[in-house]
Amino acid sequence: MNQTNTKVAAQPAPKKRKGKSLERSKAKKGYFFVLPFILGFFLIYLPLIVESIQYSFSEMSINGKLGGMQLKNVGFDNYKYALFEDTEFVPVLISSLKELVFDVPAIVIFSLFIAIILNGKMVGRAAFRAIFFIPVIVSTGIIEAIDLQNGLAAGLSNGSTIDTGGGQTTSTGTEIISSLDVQRFFSSMQVGTELVTYVTSLVNNVYDIINRSGVQMLIFLAGLQSISPAIYESCFIEGASSWETFWKITFPMISPMILVNAIYTIIDAFVSETNTVMSYISSVYDGSIQHAVVRSTAMSWIYFVVVLLILLLVSALLSAYVFYQRKDA
Amino acid sequence: MDKLNTPNFRQKKVDENTPFFERMRSKYFNSYFAGKVVWSVFRFLLLVGISYVILQPYISKISSSFMSREDFVDVGVKLIPKNPTLDTYKAIIKENEYFKALFNTTLLSTTTALMQTLICSIIGYGFTKFKFKGRTILFACVVITMVIPHKTLRSSMYYLFRFFDIWGIYGHLAKAFKWSDSLTPCLFELTNTYWPFVILSMTGLGFKNGLYIFIMRQYYQGVPDELEEAAYVDGAGVFKTFVRIILPMSVPMMVTIFMFAFSWQWSDTFYTGVFFPSREKFVFLSRIVKIPASLDTHYAGETAFTTAINNTCGLLILIPLVIVYLFGQKSLVQGIERSGITG
Repeated sequence: MNQTNTKVAAQPAPKKRKGKSLERSKAKKGYFFVLPFILGFFLIYLPLIVESIQYSFSEMSINGKLGGMQLKNVGFDNYKYALFEDTEFVPVLISSLKELVFDVPAIVIFSLFIAIILNGKMVGRAAFRAIFFIPVIVSTGIIEAIDLQNGLAAGLSNGSTIDTGGGQTTSTGTEIISSLDVQRFFSSMQVGTELVTYVTSLVNNVYDIINRSGVQMLIFLAGLQSISPAIYESCFIEGASSWETFWKITFPMISPMILVNAIYTIIDAFVSETNTVMSYISSVYDGSIQHAVVRSTAMSWIYFVVVLLILLLVSALLSAYVFYQRKDA
Repeated sequence: MDKLNTPNFRQKKVDENTPFFERMRSKYFNSYFAGKVVWSVFRFLLLVGISYVILQPYISKISSSFMSREDFVDVGVKLIPKNPTLDTYKAIIKENEYFKALFNTTLLSTTTALMQTLICSIIGYGFTKFKFKGRTILFACVVITMVIPHKTLRSSMYYLFRFFDIWGIYGHLAKAFKWSDSLTPCLFELTNTYWPFVILSMTGLGFKNGLYIFIMRQYYQGVPDELEEAAYVDGAGVFKTFVRIILPMSVPMMVTIFMFAFSWQWSDTFYTGVFFPSREKFVFLSRIVKIPASLDTHYAGETAFTTAINNTCGLLILIPLVIVYLFGQKSLVQGIERSGITG
């Protein structure tokens, strides 16, 4: 039975000449669907990008009375200022990139782990899912800004002797495990100090990591749902352990999602309000230094190019290991 | 057939005559069951722990929002207020124009979220089911809009809508023919209006709209082509098929996107900041975070008290959102499950 089936499938499908022209006329209707985006991209977005690049190469003076503004081309001056004259920008950029290197694997692994747990059947799964998705909805924009502001206030008043009862609100679960304990535990295991500091910072930032892995968790969960249960069933029948099943089935099947999530995490970390470079750029924008607007624009373009390069590098590296399931079967 | 009925060599045969104790032992005293119990206990504890980490700040925020002024300097008060009071809430609602802000934000978030949901579904459908020329390049453009944060375009965005014009065509014409005296003539001044939001949403350029288009595209890739073909055979056109069959089908996914768009617009500070520069005239929820004048914060517990007031503002912003979330939560999870996002 099986052999005859494959023979039939191997034969080339007969060509449909009429269908092609019908398909082509249908394809043209696709433009109507994407028309809003085409209009928006070329009429609104492209001018924005071009103008922003133009700003970064010029000097701006605003004509107060008539509300107009004038631009003067100054070449690479703003870029030179950001890279060589501004004492803070480059160190902030480098430290932020270091953070990214540590945060991205942590967030991706954590969200994959939680997604796998939430995917299984158990008591109160719906309640747990509802709780785990709260950060996606809640911790953005103004709420994030309030937490940041409170954190700063708490940091300022840390030296004061008053024990603030309600002030606990600011220590958003950061001191779950004392970092000293973790350090002691790891130093007895004779591993490098870098690893110890990495793990300690992870444990201390667990709230931050949970908060930032919401969307990734959703994407992983959706990916896990799309793996056919038949594959797991056959694994079970063949006698594979859950460990083997994870590395041989789940991991390869979810690998495209790992790529998507790594990229999403990088983008998310890069544009978030709490990112040090972003906040530095907006402090320059709001600040009183000369040519604040054009200089902050130049800085953002430098930052953007750097992150785009990282994105390209990461996707090139990861995509070599991504397994794509063939759609036709 | 006989082979199927032979018991496993490890397992004792259990029938009606097996005594109760024996039956229990063969079922529960084995390594498989023990491992399962250990794993589920571990899993439960882990999930409860992480849920605690997520919920803990909100619990302490809620409790501190009910504390009175004295409670913040009382060493004995940690989580449960000694003199519970609603003064903080009352002062914020009254002095920071809470209801006005609530109305404005609800209007803004609902309209933008509805538009973004619909437009992103339409665009996503276009990218999935039609193989028109330049599709890949256009989708690359979508990715670009996703990657470049609007923050880097902040000043350009402000000037674009402050002096709204299309490619500066009108401006050049006006300058050439001396239609206006202004240095930078423009068609409209759109700042301090809702138009920038409408324009960005209608063209799929709003906050994280690239992500929505991406999600919708992944969702429609899972919709079998036969469904549409059946509709075409029955005489429906492309647009009728989309409105009558595809849209009703994708409601769970659209609810998901609506929730994202709604809640991200709800707590947004960036767009309202850029497009509504006059802070006094346009009150949004993101602008009510300030210390009400009637609450005196100049005393020993100042930091804790101001922190609590700010957090109470945050809670007041969140309450309507949480209500919406509770209603939409189920279809949010379902929608995500059905999206079947795969590479």
